[in-house]
Amino acid sequence: MSDTDRAPDSSATVAPPPGAYSVVVVGSGPGGLQASYYLSRLGIDHAVISADPGPGGMFRHFPFFQRLLSWTKPHARLAHDSREYERFDWNSLVAFEPEHRGIMASLMDGSSEFPSRAEMEEGIRRFTERTGLPVRYGTTWQGTSRDDAGYVLHTSVGDYRARVVIFAVGIAEPLLPETPGIEYAAHYVLTRDAATYAGKRLFIIGKQNSGFELASGLLQWASPIILASPRPAQLSVNLHSLGGVRARYIQPWEDAALGGGVFILDATIERIERRSTGLAVHTRRSDTSEPFVAEVDEVIAATGFRAPLLDVEGVGVSLFGRSGLPAMTNAYESTSAPGIYFAGTIGQAVGGLRKYGIPANSGAVHGHRYNARLLVDDLAARHFGRQRPRPVVPPGDILDRLLISASTAPELWHQKSYLARALTRASDGLVRDDGIVSLAEFVDAAGPDGVAITVETDDRGDIHPAVYVRRRGRVDADARLSSDPLLDFSGAEQRAQLKSLIGGVLP
Amino acid sequence: MNQSEILDALARLALFADLDGPQLEAVAHTMSEESFAAGQRILRQGISGSGFFVVLDGEVGVRVDGADVARLGRGEFFGETSLLLGEAPVADVVAVGQVKVLQLAGPDLRAFLLAYPPIMYRMLQAISRRLERANRRG
Repeated sequence: MSDTDRAPDSSATVAPPPGAYSVVVVGSGPGGLQASYYLSRLGIDHAVISADPGPGGMFRHFPFFQRLLSWTKPHARLAHDSREYERFDWNSLVAFEPEHRGIMASLMDGSSEFPSRAEMEEGIRRFTERTGLPVRYGTTWQGTSRDDAGYVLHTSVGDYRARVVIFAVGIAEPLLPETPGIEYAAHYVLTRDAATYAGKRLFIIGKQNSGFELASGLLQWASPIILASPRPAQLSVNLHSLGGVRARYIQPWEDAALGGGVFILDATIERIERRSTGLAVHTRRSDTSEPFVAEVDEVIAATGFRAPLLDVEGVGVSLFGRSGLPAMTNAYESTSAPGIYFAGTIGQAVGGLRKYGIPANSGAVHGHRYNARLLVDDLAARHFGRQRPRPVVPPGDILDRLLISASTAPELWHQKSYLARALTRASDGLVRDDGIVSLAEFVDAAGPDGVAITVETDDRGDIHPAVYVRRRGRVDADARLSSDPLLDFSGAEQRAQLKSLIGGVLP
Repeated sequence: MNQSEILDALARLALFADLDGPQLEAVAHTMSEESFAAGQRILRQGISGSGFFVVLDGEVGVRVDGADVARLGRGEFFGETSLLLGEAPVADVVAVGQVKVLQLAGPDLRAFLLAYPPIMYRMLQAISRRLERANRRG
């Protein structure tokens, strides 16, 4: 999709009624709306349906303590309407039109780099209205079936039919473990106002971000706070990824280290029982199997969520894992039900190369907003015969195109080792820009000779460009370019390294 | 699979046969379940930064330079050689049909094996068996 391909903004959008569309998108959180935006700009007729009364998805209610974990830096020294600024703005949805970019920065006063929940909800609302996305709210998807033309979504207001469906329903259904007595615990989503935990003995099951988020927010209220789960907690700064507990939430960790009334246990939760003096949580240490019983007033299960995908297995979608995620291609299409795609956080089920164990950021807005473009371009090509334009790159521009991408392309910075910029040599001998692609797809597909560049973090935390060269249909190895103290990869050293690597493949 | 199904599946695998309940649960929380469709690559020959995998369900093919050299099924593992040697894998591992695997991040393997010596011992046994078979063939 190039800028010249874009259809104009629709000046007034009408809530799409039940009926037949080329594509139906389910969900009006960031995932569904970003997919709808790209469909709109390709001129693909579609409807977005949502059970909610307005846009925002999970940000209509969460995070619980009303302050996001994801940053937008209003004072980063880049124009808010530039693509480069997206590297410092994790929260805005992305657009071709400069006037629709960086919306979150315009809502924040710069006193915090983390927007409030209300600011995030407002940012999503403004994007939806300004870009004219066709959303029908108050429309609950209730079931799915097939007909000759594709899929039928049965909703609270009637049937929507489409050749292609995009589910962007989040990973939002509370997931409780099967622990005996779990009925005495409240799931994370049922956490009450912080003040109601004043003086309470609190046990939190789970040591990932949601567990530490609660411990952090309830630190001055509940006492003691015990966090427990089988696996030791890990910190994002050690893992070099968002897979660990974020720095914002590690105050309870310091409290535990200093003996201040927070306790962090690596233990299996065997059962919970009610006693006259409170709730007894029976645990067993993960390393020695030694039993330990904690008596508390309240138990909160910060044990995660499932994707609320209703009956999609009935139309052939294969699900896996405890979160009930769909098995997908690198373009987010079900591997078992063609024509069903998944946008938004569900996309985290597409692991990519997961180099050094570092996951993509597809569970966050700043990751999946870029996945949405790959999804829509794949959908357009496979189901509507619309190929992504691949402009010719003059030989003199090749090195710059690749190195500038590695230094500034937000897709490569937010989806490290996952999205890449690819240039390939077509059968006519000309080098073409394939744009931003799935790195796993580039590495695994037997396509034409070419080069993909991405940004990677290794197991020591070093951030550097990585280059994948495909020759005769195969990528035999990866190669890294030198890093830079300020992460500017467009210097002479990287240029010489890249030139040597791509020799013989690209001119 | 839900948590108890994963625990049941793990308990049946030889690699984890010596672990007690809490240890098995810790392992289940440490490794992530992933699903691959037929033909998808799980391990990539020549590409650095890979992980350690245990087949939970289904079958995978081991390919060197595109030629099939082995099949691995439920309970068998792969990826450890390159991690232990600090080199890129020398083979592709590809899903034969729909496959479910447990994955451990490569940088975590050392600490994982040191934390669970019974797994390390079982792994050594399996590697020794592979070596013995290779020696017989050689």
